[in-house]
Amino acid sequence: MSSGDVWIIGTSMTPFGRFEDKDLIDLASDAALDALTDADSTISDMGVVAVGNVYEANSHNGQRLQKQIGQTGVPVYNVVNACATGATAVRVALLSLAAGEADTALAVGAETMGKMGMLGEAAKSRDTKKQYSRKGRYGSVLKTEGILGTGLMPGVFAQAGTEYALRHGVTDVQFARVAQKNHAHSVLNPLAQYRKEFSLQEILEAEAIAYPNTLPMCCPTGDGAAAVVLVSDARLKTLDPDVRKRAVKISASVLTSDPWVESGQVQPDVNTLTRNAADAAYEQAGIGPQDIGLVELHDCFATAELIHYDNLRLCEPGGAGEFIDSGAPWREGKIPVNVSGGLLSKGHPIGATGIANLYEVTAHLRGEAGERQIEGAKVGLTHVIGLASACAVHILEARPTSGSEVG
Amino acid sequence: MPNSIGHRMPQQIPIVDYLVLSEPPHLEAHACTGCDALYFDRRNACAHCGGTEFTRKPLSNEGRVRAYTIVHRAAPSVPAPYTSVVVDLDDGGVVKANLLDVTGPEHIEPGMPVRLGTYVAGVDDDGVEAVAFGYRRQEDAA
Repeated sequence: MSSGDVWIIGTSMTPFGRFEDKDLIDLASDAALDALTDADSTISDMGVVAVGNVYEANSHNGQRLQKQIGQTGVPVYNVVNACATGATAVRVALLSLAAGEADTALAVGAETMGKMGMLGEAAKSRDTKKQYSRKGRYGSVLKTEGILGTGLMPGVFAQAGTEYALRHGVTDVQFARVAQKNHAHSVLNPLAQYRKEFSLQEILEAEAIAYPNTLPMCCPTGDGAAAVVLVSDARLKTLDPDVRKRAVKISASVLTSDPWVESGQVQPDVNTLTRNAADAAYEQAGIGPQDIGLVELHDCFATAELIHYDNLRLCEPGGAGEFIDSGAPWREGKIPVNVSGGLLSKGHPIGATGIANLYEVTAHLRGEAGERQIEGAKVGLTHVIGLASACAVHILEARPTSGSEVG
Repeated sequence: MPNSIGHRMPQQIPIVDYLVLSEPPHLEAHACTGCDALYFDRRNACAHCGGTEFTRKPLSNEGRVRAYTIVHRAAPSVPAPYTSVVVDLDDGGVVKANLLDVTGPEHIEPGMPVRLGTYVAGVDDDGVEAVAFGYRRQEDAA
């Protein structure tokens, strides 16, 4: 008898970085083909394909990918959902399996951001007469960025951090410790965009971007892709024992958006939808935060990681500052967080991020993470959040090693 | 307060239409008649309760700092550093703007009281002044 469980049987990610000789589809192909090989499958075995990407989302990248790796005629879903795009592509694939449309699925996330920089491209200079007129839903007569506060990502996540800090007494040193940890972790990850350790002092004294975040407390832009191959429980039972024993179960898959709050129109609330997603995921998986062996969470900025300790229930309410001070989220700690180096050093090619964190956790649950392996990890949690807003949480479990191997 | 509004000859226009240049200048929101949710922009329906009726509601010029950041690396053509604050307004509403005359975290305390102020943020080729708003610490503005 088969359950409604969905399993990861193959996964891959490209190194994250800047690849001038590869375009978006090259990267997507690399990740997809390698994930299929890892699954001992081919594109012909896949019943559905979902492809996530943000910056070229109107290019139908799923079909562009098929033209490079196999036009098999199966349904293709092109997915965009802010920084949760990759994770949402996985959910689309999973939902297709759950609906019985297919029993195998390939989900891919890819992005090329190149050197667009943290704040996007410079505005074009104008050569027409400057004449104020009210534009848009706010009737604004000139650009409000820098006049009515900031709405750019470094500032938004800095404000999310200071809101928590003003309430709970977190210091800039505690925020900086998050970056110290993730950069230290990244040294062990050959796929990370940056693999350089920084001292706490170096982080605190680095170029200020948006207080309290300095440059090493902000993730880089970059290029990369990641992929997973999913199968239904029934399909898994038909596969080779070598594939089955490396299979990782998706125990929870949850997507949320941001419920209305009064402050949301001026400062996105990144907390409520993360808490809602985490709580639903724990319930779906039937486990609690104390059961989690490792976490890959969305550290787009150091301030973000710290508040998500609380949002994902990894620490006592209000206790995220003490949590980092205690060493708990370090790889030797109680709940290792972002042992990949996180977005801060591994990188954040937006469409790939929500699948790359599944790749990381799967590697550990299979015991295949090499030098950075968290020994004995049986359960892992992944989290991404993008402003729009969208949040995805997945809980993965290693396949039990004894008693269940039949047929 | 510099650039007091209302008696100057140059034509003025508010930077956004939720800033009202009366005496004194203040903010006005669209308030949902069903649930009192406040919006600075035009909404098709209330994101909180789904209601479709709105009235204009003047907001308090005083409030308290809820969150902030000091932006050092700013968007192109924006002078830095500057301080962005999210302010909980007395009697309801949350607004974001610059905290004027402050660029150090040591000057910001939890729940610090602030008061709205206005200034000319730009002039177009016809001489029309765009009036912006920001907040000052009440101890500075007093």
